[in-house]
Amino acid sequence: MSAQAQATARVRGVRRLEPAALAAIMGKDIVMFGRYWKATTFSSIMQPTIYLLAFGLGFGTIVKTLGHVKTIEYIGTGTVATAILFSSAFPGMFNTFVRWQFQRTYDAVLATPVDVEELITAEVLWISLRAGVYGMAPLLVAMLFGLEPNAGMLLVPFIGFITGFGFAAFGVSIAAVAKTIDNFNYVTSAVLTPMFLVAGTFFPVSNLPAGIRTVAQVNPLYHCVQLVRDASLGNLHAGDLGHAAVLLAFALLMWRVAIWQLGKRLID
Amino acid sequence: MSELAISLRGVSKRFGAITAVDGLDLEVPSGVCFGLLGPNGAGKSPTMRMLTAQTLADEGEISVLGFQLPRQSKQARMEMGVVPQLDNLDVELTCRQVLTIFARLYRVSRAERREAVERALALANLGARADTQVRELSGGMRRRLLVARGLIHQPRLVLLDEPTVGLDPQVRQELWSLIDALRVSGVTVLMSTHYIEEAERLADTVAVMSHGKVIAQGTPAELVRTHAGEQVLEVYGAPEWLAEVSELAISNGWPSRRSGPAIAIMCAEELDGQAPEGVRRPANLEDAFVALTGEQIE
Repeated sequence: MSAQAQATARVRGVRRLEPAALAAIMGKDIVMFGRYWKATTFSSIMQPTIYLLAFGLGFGTIVKTLGHVKTIEYIGTGTVATAILFSSAFPGMFNTFVRWQFQRTYDAVLATPVDVEELITAEVLWISLRAGVYGMAPLLVAMLFGLEPNAGMLLVPFIGFITGFGFAAFGVSIAAVAKTIDNFNYVTSAVLTPMFLVAGTFFPVSNLPAGIRTVAQVNPLYHCVQLVRDASLGNLHAGDLGHAAVLLAFALLMWRVAIWQLGKRLID
Repeated sequence: MSELAISLRGVSKRFGAITAVDGLDLEVPSGVCFGLLGPNGAGKSPTMRMLTAQTLADEGEISVLGFQLPRQSKQARMEMGVVPQLDNLDVELTCRQVLTIFARLYRVSRAERREAVERALALANLGARADTQVRELSGGMRRRLLVARGLIHQPRLVLLDEPTVGLDPQVRQELWSLIDALRVSGVTVLMSTHYIEEAERLADTVAVMSHGKVIAQGTPAELVRTHAGEQVLEVYGAPEWLAEVSELAISNGWPSRRSGPAIAIMCAEELDGQAPEGVRRPANLEDAFVALTGEQIE
């Protein structure tokens, strides 16, 4: 090899967020997904089925409409948001913590030509792609319960992807600051549970006291629910751009926070 | 080629109040097997982690394969392989999957990947276990897989952090021949160990670390000669007798140390008629090591 060719070979890979590095990490996630996709798929079908049965058979016989739409339309689209939240925030927290602290596989990856930014970005990307796809499951189930298909539903995977990206990165950030895996209980009970209830998932936020309504406005899941509902029921309007903007901002912010927080702990 | 594979100058690393690495200077020439020997807590592991920029130095300059760290650490990592002290394999994956994933992480091209995986499996003698999940492998097989994983991209430099800790003698022998084969093929090996025999058998040059610094460096034979002489006299007996011998050694200025149930007097070839009765044996690296790093366990 000539000296120049050697030098050229030596400078390769200085760019940030190299596609080859992202693809390698996501390739690992895909191989691992091959081991647990059945369980994931099962629960992503079961959960909305149970919600729709419970709300439809119980609640739905008393209340025929919610907001301004039929109960099945309301709950069917609401469960999309909960599916996205759970399929992104939980893997973000648990996978990160287990791989980093218990299996130490992140240490192994960072000894290869992959940096923290690439590692976290790829992990979050993979979780959010999955969340986008699995976010469709509740809609398919709801169709069996009478929800009418609508072309706007094709936007749901994209909404799920952006929302999932934010919540996956949120989960990674929580994993970075958690002392033990039990600490996740605080976040699940004090943050995620209220978040998924006060988002217009199962009942309209407009019926809530003014203070809580304001809180809902800063809840990214609320914006996800609005966007999913408007898209799925063919009611998209200019205001939905605002919801999309909030979701995008949340995703970008949490992405940087995750890299900053976990990076501090992976590299000492 | 006398190019340096690794160079550290005045490198320090503190964790809170603890100074793990304290103004370390170290030069590893290309193509040698270099042993970093030291007791637990001497700063070997933080030093190894700094070479992949997984630990960042507070002070000093580090260059690996001509790349400045941490700025060019990614390029350096492209050309080096790391075998960690702690098993960090993904237990749910098979050997083949682990190696394929790492081939991608190390940017082995798609066309060469399959061949690289097969070569690594053969090298680690895991061909028959290629499709076995890591969780079902024995400790020795897991360690061999860790080594194969670090060599998948045929690196120019290999970092081995305590490569045989906790392994039974057969597996250890096997790994030693593997490391020796690497050195023979021209790969630079930096190996940290607290097993003296390991350093003595494999390393061309040994640096002894203590309290975050290199306190002595040379070939194993040089270190033994300089710090333990040619012969060691081991005196056995009742505790009272040993205490007497110990005092005698101190009053005569003979370098000595406790060696299990005996007192070992170093540089015994220089002793005159005063020497007590005992067993003479050639000095070894352990004598030099204890003479250098002290007997106290911290």
